[in-house]
Amino acid sequence: MATVLVTTLLAAPVLAGLAGTVLPAFGYLPVLGHEAFSGEPFRKLFSMPGLATSAALGFGTGLAASLISLAIVLLFTAGWAGTDTFRRLTRFLSPLLSVPHAAAAIGLAFLIAPSGFLARLASPWATGWTRPPDILIPGDPYGLAMTFGLVAKEVPFLFLMTLAALNRPHVQDYLKAGASLGYGRMATFFKIVLPQIYPLIRLPVLAVIAYATSVVDVAVILGPTTPQPLAPRLVGWMNDPDLSLRLMASAGALLQLLVSAGALLVYLLLEMLAGYGLRTRFANGRRHPRDVLARVLSLVPMLLIITAMSLSVAVLGVWSLAKSWWYPASLPQAWSLARMLDALKSGGPSLGATLAIACGAAIIATALTLWLLEARGNAGRRETGRLKALIFLPLLLPQIGFLFGLQMFFLLAGLSGTLTGVLLAHLIFVFPYAFLALSDPWNRLDPRYAKAARSIGASRARVFFRVQLPLLLRPVLVTFAVAAAVSTGQYLPTLMIGAGRVVTVTTESVALASGGNRQIAALYALLQLVVPLVGFTLAALVPALVFRNRAAMRLER
Amino acid sequence: MHSSDRSSGLVLDTVTIRLDGVPLLEIDCRILPGEVLTIMGESGSGKSSLLDFIAGFLRPDFTAEGRVILNGRDLTSRSAQDRHIGLMFQSPLLFPHMSVLQNLMFALPATCKRRQDRQDLAERALADVGLAGFGSRDPATLSGGQQTRVALMRTLLAEPEALLLDEPFSSLDRTRREEVRQLVFDLARKKGLPVLLVSHDEEDARAADGEVHRLGNGEAGNGCRTE
Repeated sequence: MATVLVTTLLAAPVLAGLAGTVLPAFGYLPVLGHEAFSGEPFRKLFSMPGLATSAALGFGTGLAASLISLAIVLLFTAGWAGTDTFRRLTRFLSPLLSVPHAAAAIGLAFLIAPSGFLARLASPWATGWTRPPDILIPGDPYGLAMTFGLVAKEVPFLFLMTLAALNRPHVQDYLKAGASLGYGRMATFFKIVLPQIYPLIRLPVLAVIAYATSVVDVAVILGPTTPQPLAPRLVGWMNDPDLSLRLMASAGALLQLLVSAGALLVYLLLEMLAGYGLRTRFANGRRHPRDVLARVLSLVPMLLIITAMSLSVAVLGVWSLAKSWWYPASLPQAWSLARMLDALKSGGPSLGATLAIACGAAIIATALTLWLLEARGNAGRRETGRLKALIFLPLLLPQIGFLFGLQMFFLLAGLSGTLTGVLLAHLIFVFPYAFLALSDPWNRLDPRYAKAARSIGASRARVFFRVQLPLLLRPVLVTFAVAAAVSTGQYLPTLMIGAGRVVTVTTESVALASGGNRQIAALYALLQLVVPLVGFTLAALVPALVFRNRAAMRLER
Repeated sequence: MHSSDRSSGLVLDTVTIRLDGVPLLEIDCRILPGEVLTIMGESGSGKSSLLDFIAGFLRPDFTAEGRVILNGRDLTSRSAQDRHIGLMFQSPLLFPHMSVLQNLMFALPATCKRRQDRQDLAERALADVGLAGFGSRDPATLSGGQQTRVALMRTLLAEPEALLLDEPFSSLDRTRREEVRQLVFDLARKKGLPVLLVSHDEEDARAADGEVHRLGNGEAGNGCRTE
């Protein structure tokens, strides 16, 4: 019952959204008086200048960013899993995951632009620049800055997914087995551990590809402009006052689906080749025991990402407190708290909306996940592999592919431009992450606790509220925080369903990023961090307080 | 290597292992080629950390003093993959993504290059433990005893110079245990490997027919001397 309901809840909007995108793409949109099917929207789409370049940019930057991120994560894990270095860097990477895409992109822009922090550090003593040089970064025509921004954001995500997969039983023993047979660390990881954990990180990788090939906010902030990648161009057409462009935008959304599907196909092909290459080497006995150099090299990109992300957030902080900061000074000449407080006041409503939506979506998503897991556990079905694939579906499609259509239905239902509408739209993307975060801890919970409680006469509800929920308090709160962070980071659903009437700090900061006022842009980007920060702090503090006299509950990670 | 010259065997030279500074166990002994030293102790007595220390996996919250010397080579500062110490775990830990034969070929040294040679060697090893024809099977379809025998051959094919056994028989049922145990000890003796067996089963100690070292629970043991 719960399974059916939840999957319908997810599948229905996706399918409806897809239908609502396909029909207008072929000229059918009765609301606007288009009632005859035609190929006109596609003809118009293909006559747009630079369309091929846009599509290629989306495909190339997205696929490259995903592959690079995966490579960085796997090489680093191969070289360092189980070491102190690994544990220490893990502590850095987890909070970086909660930095929303838009905030990270704005921070990176302020870091690497010719007028950014890095150039200021080296100017004028090393570069001789007394004014920012005329270099197109970010916004370079090949999308390199955009790719870098995506990599910086996807590395923490894929890393934490890999970390969760490494929690499987015996992984430590397999590492030992490899070493005792004479295999180097990296060879052990790729030949023994990776083949076993890859199925667990595959869906997240596919989700990253679908997301990165169709990303809008990062593309607007860091991507090229002449032309833009496909996804942000589509959003531009969709929001154009000329309503007839909507048909063309829908046709474009289908093209975007093709672009993302193409990238996924290419990835699956590469995966097949890599798998084949690896399998033929399983039994050849090459042990690669001298891998110190490779291990050190695998550390470099990871450190680079962590440094870049941390600096980006720091630069946002400096900018939001700067009163005047003339080029090429490394730090502001004058600081001011007053401007920040002013901006905070004007940003209050959008922060309020962000909080309301994030909390609402997180509560609903966490509750639904718990209900689903409890119901399945009670029915004796603990295996969640296929269910996970189903729940992941909304993340494996480019958002833009079905949000266009969904927007139409929300409009008809009178939900467009309301907090409720935006919250519901967020839920489609928040729920999969909530499920992802909670299903493993739930399944790891020893089922004998519930059995013991049932055998002394506790009802199912009592077992859930008095035994299972308290035992899982920490992962449940983490799930809530993850869900709230995911909701806060949503740009496109807020933009499309909010229709300009629901404004969150995320939509606001993307809009401000292209404007001239860096203080305000930095401040709104920082405001995006408030929700995840509060969420994760609570998730750490509450269990520590509640269980301060329970040693066993502290030991559990 | 197999002779009884003064340096052969596995020497634990005044080894002390501490957990967060508290001494967990002390041991000072020498295991000659083909001999078995059994270490008995309750869980928590530091058996596993001793194996971790010898094999090169000691966790960072443990500290250890003393040296591990194998056939005259001081291993103490070497990385795990350079120690040539074979390890058998409580569970057989066959790699589930490989066939039985691949599991064995994985362990063969790379110096044996031709694929056909590698396959032949692996198949011969299977036949040696009565599992001829099992090569293409999925390890998960083998019984516990069969898996342990494959794991043993996997360990030996890597040409180790010593064998550490971490209760590898505890997962087997009574009848199988006796048989597999004898097989392990026979092969180790034939290859002249010093063997360190960790167990809490008195049967194991008796079958090993060698020195027995008992660890107290949480206290420092008093150390054996085998010369």
